Amino acid sequence: MEWDWTYTGEILPDLLNGLRVTVTATIAGYAIALVLGLVWTLLRRTPSRIVNQTVRWVTEFIRSTPLLVQLFFIYYVMPTFGVTLGPLVAGIIGLGLHYSTYTAEVYRAGIADVPKGQWEACTALNLPRSRTWLDVILPQAIRRVVPTLGNYLIAMFKDSPLLLAINVLELLGTAYQIGAQTLKFLEPITVVGLLFVAVSVVSSILVRRLEKRYATY
Amino acid sequence: MPPTEPTDTPSPSKAGDAVPRVSDAPGIRFEKVVKRFGSNVVLRELDFTVAPGERVTLIGPSGSGKTTILRLLMTLEKLDDGVIWIGDRPLWHQDKGDGKLVPAGQKHLHEMRKQVGMVFQQFNLFPNMNVRRNLTEGPVRVLGLSKDEANARAQELLELVGLSDKIDDHPARLSGGQQQRVAIARALAMRPKVLLLDEVTSALDPELVVGVQDLLRDIARQTDVTLLCVTHEMHFARDISDRVLMFDQGQIVEEGPPEQIFGSPSEQRTRDFLQAVLAT
Ligand SMILES: Nc1ncnc2c1ncn2[C@@H]1O[C@H](COP(=O)(O)OP(=O)(O)OP(=O)(O)O)[C@@H](O)[C@H]1O
Ligand SMILES: [Mg+2]
Repeated sequence: MEWDWTYTGEILPDLLNGLRVTVTATIAGYAIALVLGLVWTLLRRTPSRIVNQTVRWVTEFIRSTPLLVQLFFIYYVMPTFGVTLGPLVAGIIGLGLHYSTYTAEVYRAGIADVPKGQWEACTALNLPRSRTWLDVILPQAIRRVVPTLGNYLIAMFKDSPLLLAINVLELLGTAYQIGAQTLKFLEPITVVGLLFVAVSVVSSILVRRLEKRYATY
Repeated sequence: MPPTEPTDTPSPSKAGDAVPRVSDAPGIRFEKVVKRFGSNVVLRELDFTVAPGERVTLIGPSGSGKTTILRLLMTLEKLDDGVIWIGDRPLWHQDKGDGKLVPAGQKHLHEMRKQVGMVFQQFNLFPNMNVRRNLTEGPVRVLGLSKDEANARAQELLELVGLSDKIDDHPARLSGGQQQRVAIARALAMRPKVLLLDEVTSALDPELVVGVQDLLRDIARQTDVTLLCVTHEMHFARDISDRVLMFDQGQIVEEGPPEQIFGSPSEQRTRDFLQAVLAT
């Protein structure tokens, strides 16, 4: 089998379009994961047992079921409850929700890592709860977990091809479609692999940079 | 002979001074205070009083409950029983009007804490903020000062502690002694009426201890706060305090002016303790 350069050139624009969808889904899903994860973590710390135990079991449940099942649920089952979402939106919500249970763990660990003395200094200064969190605890906790959070961005990017199962025309889905039409899979699938490597490498470099920047005050 | 001009740096008041210190700071009273950690009863119906503006040093062997006393006053530990009075108000209780005391809510604690400040052994500065922000955070967020007012106060205090040039640095760039000076300034920025110092020099390199002690001596001289200080530095305790309380197992073994406690203690446990401290 020969590598066909002309064919590669022809399919590249479509593949890049697919990549755009992949990146969009990843970034949007990641944004949801970052915010929602923090919400879970803070809710788990509320004194209300009902709230924190509910959140605990819900996140535990989401974390221990496969992302693919969740995607199917959101895309195929939710419409029976009257919630119909487009494939991309469903995919983004699925990724964000699933990964929010991981980021929640990361935040939790980061907060636990903030020395007790910081909380005590806040009490001694009489800072209100909200200020203690916003000005002292969260900035320190998040700084500690930037590297771990960054790694989840890359992990999520690599999980994004699952979205093809709910008809999102992301990178791999596009490649598959092209291959199915032309019956030539070598070029599209190889290019997908290369594009994934390229984006992963670039993001790793960015994450390392971020890490360095956040390593010291 | 013409009357001599009063010097503008009054000598530190000592217990031996004829005139008691006049202060609008509140006194403190522990009334049958009980504190347990699990089954370990650290304070067993402890009673003692600190006069308004008085400077008291707590000494005693490790584990005798000195830190616990300060932490109760800063509301960092919960009181198990008894009453702690700051001025004429109970710290941990609210008077429901009929003279009955009930456990206080957050609002009352917040109100009471305004009078109290604490400096920690490990400084506990906020590493994510520069020195300026460390000093202005409380005044702006708690006291409601404007940014400018808080800044002016921060600058003034940094001058007092001799660190004006560090205002834009983060704590990590300062030495231990400098960090502790900033922590002292941060506590003072809240204008507390009761100041708690828990072994504030014991985490410092030996050569930095004297500087911080001198600073605290100056502060004790210039303000009229009620001061509770835990220290193993007997010279410092002698200089700074009106009265020394010797604790053992959560009880006061002996108390008196520093000259007496350090010079001629009457209790064997005090003598043993002082000997042990001097030996190190
Ligand atoms: N958070 C805690 N949990 C359990 N026990 C505690 C806690 N804090 C203090 N204790 C216990 O309370 C007792 C008094 O401790 P405290 O720290 O008040 O002593 P101290 O006089 O300050 O001693 P040191 O000179 O070593 O600082 C000790 O037996 C200690 O083990
Ligand atoms: Mg102690």
